[in-house]
Amino acid sequence: MSLATLDLPAPREGVLRRLSDALLRRGQLIVLLLLAPPLLWLGLVYLGSLFVFLGQSIFSIDEFSGTIVREPTTATLIELFRPANFDIVMRTVGVAAAVTLLCALIAFPIAYYAARYAGPRAKAAFYLAVMMPLWSSYLVKVYGWKLLLAKEGAISWFAGRLGLDGALDAWLALPLVGGPSLSVSYTGMVLTFTYLWLPFMILPVQAALERVPASLIEAAGDLGAGPGTTFRSVILPLAMPGVVAGAVFTFSLTLGDYIVPQIIGTSALVLGQAVYTLQGTAGNIPLAAAFSLVPILVMALFLTLAKRTGAFDAM
Amino acid sequence: MHAPATSSVIPAVRFAGVARHFGSVKAVDGVDLAIAPGEFFAMLGPSGSGKTTCLRLIAGFEQPDAGHIEIFGETVEGLPPYRRPVNTVFQDYALFPHLSVGENVAYGLKVRGVARAEREKLAREALALVKLAGLEARRPAQLSGGQRQRVALARALVVRPKVLLLDEPLGALDLKLREEMQVELKGLQRALGLSFVFVTHDQGEALSMADRVAVFNEGRIVQVGPPEEVYERPATRFVAAFVGAANVIEPDTASSLGAPARLCSLRPEKLVLLPADGAAPAGAAVVEAHVVDVSYQGAVRRLAVRTAAGTALTAAVPAARLAPAPGETVRLAIPLAALVPMEGER
Repeated sequence: MSLATLDLPAPREGVLRRLSDALLRRGQLIVLLLLAPPLLWLGLVYLGSLFVFLGQSIFSIDEFSGTIVREPTTATLIELFRPANFDIVMRTVGVAAAVTLLCALIAFPIAYYAARYAGPRAKAAFYLAVMMPLWSSYLVKVYGWKLLLAKEGAISWFAGRLGLDGALDAWLALPLVGGPSLSVSYTGMVLTFTYLWLPFMILPVQAALERVPASLIEAAGDLGAGPGTTFRSVILPLAMPGVVAGAVFTFSLTLGDYIVPQIIGTSALVLGQAVYTLQGTAGNIPLAAAFSLVPILVMALFLTLAKRTGAFDAM
Repeated sequence: MHAPATSSVIPAVRFAGVARHFGSVKAVDGVDLAIAPGEFFAMLGPSGSGKTTCLRLIAGFEQPDAGHIEIFGETVEGLPPYRRPVNTVFQDYALFPHLSVGENVAYGLKVRGVARAEREKLAREALALVKLAGLEARRPAQLSGGQRQRVALARALVVRPKVLLLDEPLGALDLKLREEMQVELKGLQRALGLSFVFVTHDQGEALSMADRVAVFNEGRIVQVGPPEEVYERPATRFVAAFVGAANVIEPDTASSLGAPARLCSLRPEKLVLLPADGAAPAGAAVVEAHVVDVSYQGAVRRLAVRTAAGTALTAAVPAARLAPAPGETVRLAIPLAALVPMEGER
């Protein structure tokens, strides 16, 4: 058989084929086609309405009539710094920071195991185990935790069995973190948030650790660094972008949540609850908008600090 | 020839019956070796032959399942890498991407607690040694492959190892750079008087740089010796084929040529192309052969031929001579002294 007999007929010319040719020749056209739908959605529908809402924060509310005064003023923004309001901000940021720290501490060993030691089967099981809690209803999980944390719940029952009820009572007697029971304390709130957002920390940290070549860890040991030094000087800096990415999730998800603090926690409001009540029953849209600015500013500050400390050096 | 292995000098590295298994795979299967202080020692073999595992056993990244390893007379089994007086230049260089070139080189000094001013000075000197002075502030990502290699070398040398381990360090470089680095590495090794243990699958690299070459096959060392010896007198069929692609002459062919009936190697360049009416040189057998293929390689032409008895041979003849064409019949002289008996297959 000669090679000539292998000749295939030329592909047929058609409209689609000419369109493909045109797209291939003009690279920008295909970029435009790819970006148009998401830009329309994100830019116009989402960001547009967000900015319209945030823009309300420069208006104020008439205290007598309860109507919005549409004149630019800084009064509403300054109102955020009134002790009652500023307490809400600090309380929420404190809870978010505690949740983020706890998530990072719990996530790192799990992510490290999955990235460095798990075989293909163990890794599949790992992904399943991490993702599964995300598939069940948020409310079911929160109420589940309320039962676990309740005075007669599983946690205090276990503590009693282990003879640790004294320690639990001592912890609940502490100011700020304590309360009548775990289910109405900041401790309970932080534990619930940590459970809810943990997958969002594990996955980016695991992805970052996976990208650290094994030879870098060997090289550190080869050059005389013990395991502790290797961890501090090589593994942690290289995993930092993943930790920061995870922290962005856990921090911002906690800042915005208003259901967990309502079900578990004290009667003191957090940011999400404040926004919820202000735009709903109180009808104070300008102050709700001002409160909504806070998480955005906090996250901007967080990312700036992270960049300053060199968290993104490895990227 | 084997003076370094048998003399009373304490070897830089000594293996006695070392084995390392991964599941059912015997990566290293009973290796004995002794590397002399100041020696440039090459471990040559195809991938999966155990050479890299041997290097990792010296570095401490692997622990032996059996046998004994000493570095300058001290037992190192069970010692982690950070307690061994050896350093490695990794195949992928393994430079820390979050540190500058200067910080990379100074890393080993920093973890040893050397003061900042001192370690910066030593790092500068080490970078100057590998001809990269002034690049301290760069990031590894901003360097070319050849420069990264030099940084890896400086980083390993700055901590004054007793033995430097190099894992295919030239593998990722292009040909010209590789040849330059070969000369430079050899010069560096002579100047520092250090033992270099060099893993490669490139026989040209091993022969041109090493004082001694160990040829690995299937987890064992099949031959150790100076490059000339390994090349001229391959011990086994494997070595003959792997190092310089020698012809392998079966025992019955050897006896038909008038040599003892033993398995022999025959270097392609030892075959002589005779003119049609030329007389056979003394001490040589003459065979008629059919030319199958001719390839021009600059200084030499490689002829693939098949003798009347059906033996396939490769001959490297000076390219200046008139070349026979495929299909022609040529007369080849085989000097009997060029038939080197071999011990076995592996």
